[in-house]
Amino acid sequence: MASLDIVNVHKRYGSVDILRDISIDIQDGEFLVLVGPSGCGKSTLMNIIAGLEPPTQGVLRLDGQDITQATPAERNISMVFQSYALYPHMTVAQNIEFPLRMRKVEKSVRAERVRAVSRLLQIEHLLARKPRQLSGGQRQRVAIGRALAREPRLYLLDEPLSNLDAQLRADMRTEIKRLHQRLQATIVYVTHDQIEAMTLATRIAVMNGGVLQQLGTPDDVYYRPANTFVARFVGAPRMNLIRARVALRAGQARLEFADGARPFSLPAPACAALRAYEGAEVIAGIRPEAVRLADPQDAAEDGAIDAGVDVVEPTGADTLVSLDLGGGGFTARLAPDVRLASGLRARFRIDTSRLICFDGRTETRIG
Amino acid sequence: MDKAIARVSPPARGETGRLGLQWSRAAPRVVLYLLLAAGALLFLAPVYVMLVNSFKPLAEIRGASLLALPSDWTIDPWIAAWATAKIGVQATGLRPYFANSFLLVIPAVALSTLIGALNGYILTQFRFRGANLMYAALLFSVFIPFQIVLIPMAKTLGWLGLAGTVKGLIFVHTVYGLGFTTLFFRNYYAAFPVELVKSARMDGAGFFGVLRHVLLPNSAPIVIVTVIWQFTSIWNEFLFGASFSDFSSFPLTVGLNNLVNSSTGVKEYNVHFAGAFIAALPTLVVYVVSGKYFVRGLMAGSVKG
Repeated sequence: MASLDIVNVHKRYGSVDILRDISIDIQDGEFLVLVGPSGCGKSTLMNIIAGLEPPTQGVLRLDGQDITQATPAERNISMVFQSYALYPHMTVAQNIEFPLRMRKVEKSVRAERVRAVSRLLQIEHLLARKPRQLSGGQRQRVAIGRALAREPRLYLLDEPLSNLDAQLRADMRTEIKRLHQRLQATIVYVTHDQIEAMTLATRIAVMNGGVLQQLGTPDDVYYRPANTFVARFVGAPRMNLIRARVALRAGQARLEFADGARPFSLPAPACAALRAYEGAEVIAGIRPEAVRLADPQDAAEDGAIDAGVDVVEPTGADTLVSLDLGGGGFTARLAPDVRLASGLRARFRIDTSRLICFDGRTETRIG
Repeated sequence: MDKAIARVSPPARGETGRLGLQWSRAAPRVVLYLLLAAGALLFLAPVYVMLVNSFKPLAEIRGASLLALPSDWTIDPWIAAWATAKIGVQATGLRPYFANSFLLVIPAVALSTLIGALNGYILTQFRFRGANLMYAALLFSVFIPFQIVLIPMAKTLGWLGLAGTVKGLIFVHTVYGLGFTTLFFRNYYAAFPVELVKSARMDGAGFFGVLRHVLLPNSAPIVIVTVIWQFTSIWNEFLFGASFSDFSSFPLTVGLNNLVNSSTGVKEYNVHFAGAFIAALPTLVVYVVSGKYFVRGLMAGSVKG
């Protein structure tokens, strides 16, 4: 396995910038997940890593060695595609050994490798079949098997699970994670599913409009999003973002929310950088799970607010409630046993230690 | 589809009503089959005339109706057309010309198909500058009438030292076929899954490796279409054959023409019919054997292309 350094990579088609100055260093054995909305450039970045497209500018180093000009074959990187890209005229065994055959690996070695990989992925009984005789999950396994067979230095997985149904997707996700732990492989994984990103990644790279928005651990990205784009993109239901003004009351910084039907205020999180924003506008980010139902007996102390219930959506594990706070849709993730109904009013408590503030203009995180 | 659905749910009615309903449903079908039968008859009539008269002695053709079955069956006209009829100055029959045509058509079809596949691969998988212009130019070559290229082609063949040889004809037909074969393969490969090609490149297949291991093995429908198309057009081609060959390299079409158009002696219609049939047989065989792939291949190219 190997480390990969992506240094100042830029990609331009005509006058359109697809990738702007992307730099990511991927450690040996790391599981890096690239996430972003469609058209954010993540697939182009994959193609550049694979060598299928040249970057307009920038350098790629695999284990410190410059591979920017190397052909896909020379890089020894394997890729699992969303459509699996199994060769339809070859059997499963032939598909798995194809990369070895192209590398002129000896026949007995190839047979041994096919056997080992098929045992690992439990597809031994499928070796003689053609891809069209396989189910989606089986095809997925074969595609992974083909990637494993030649023991590459780096694996690229391009939305490998998005063609599977929900149940199978969850199973395969676990299996990919297990495989990563077992092989200690370096993996770059593209997805737009943020659950996959959170569960699989050692680090997540969030991209938008060809720009790397944040590169960090799943915890970083979730709890300390670099800007409002990341805050909105990661987490479902998404983080509540409301505009607020920072005010100083009796030496205490407070956030005053004026939008919406009822203005309210919350104590600002303890953060030195926020002091500079006194009188200025910020965007407060509140995760739905940072809200809980308050005891109605509670005094209207700090962090407690009254709100009207708009929609109640029980999901089983928890109940999502839309509240009439901040002028827009404000979602709270509550315990499944809450007794709330549309039209009711209730008192809620917001865990202000989990509240994040973003600059009102640049929308980057403060502190 | 919708006809089948309609048949499933006949409304319950009285006997006469149901009969009337059946007739009104069957009537279009009857008319359709009558029209198709008439059409088939129209196209098959000349074949019938050719076949029937090729088995008659010459006297019977002159004496009786062209449509009548032979009263005195004979295969002599076929033997004459194949082996003994006088064509030009020699009494060789069509046999040597038949051989020439095969020597011409097999390499010409193979070469033009392979180069067409290569062109289609390059035009679809490598987005190079001017690719569309190149394709447009190749496409345009399809519309150039044969007559226009006669003199330039004759000069080229002279330069290459291929004038009057089967090799020269192979060259001419390969070049002339490229427009069509490229068109076929380009449209087929334009709908080919990009990821398969990407995957093959990452798996270590080189420029020709991708074509050989991934594209060609999955090209059966379009290869069949191209082969049929090229085979029939080269086999039946006359003008190039007459212009660029000599006595040693005349293809079958020219041989047949010389057999039929000989200005001396009696016109042996029965031998001519047999000769024409011999000339048409290989293309007939090709169509019968692969006709269903031909239609399937045309559909495959058109639906997604």
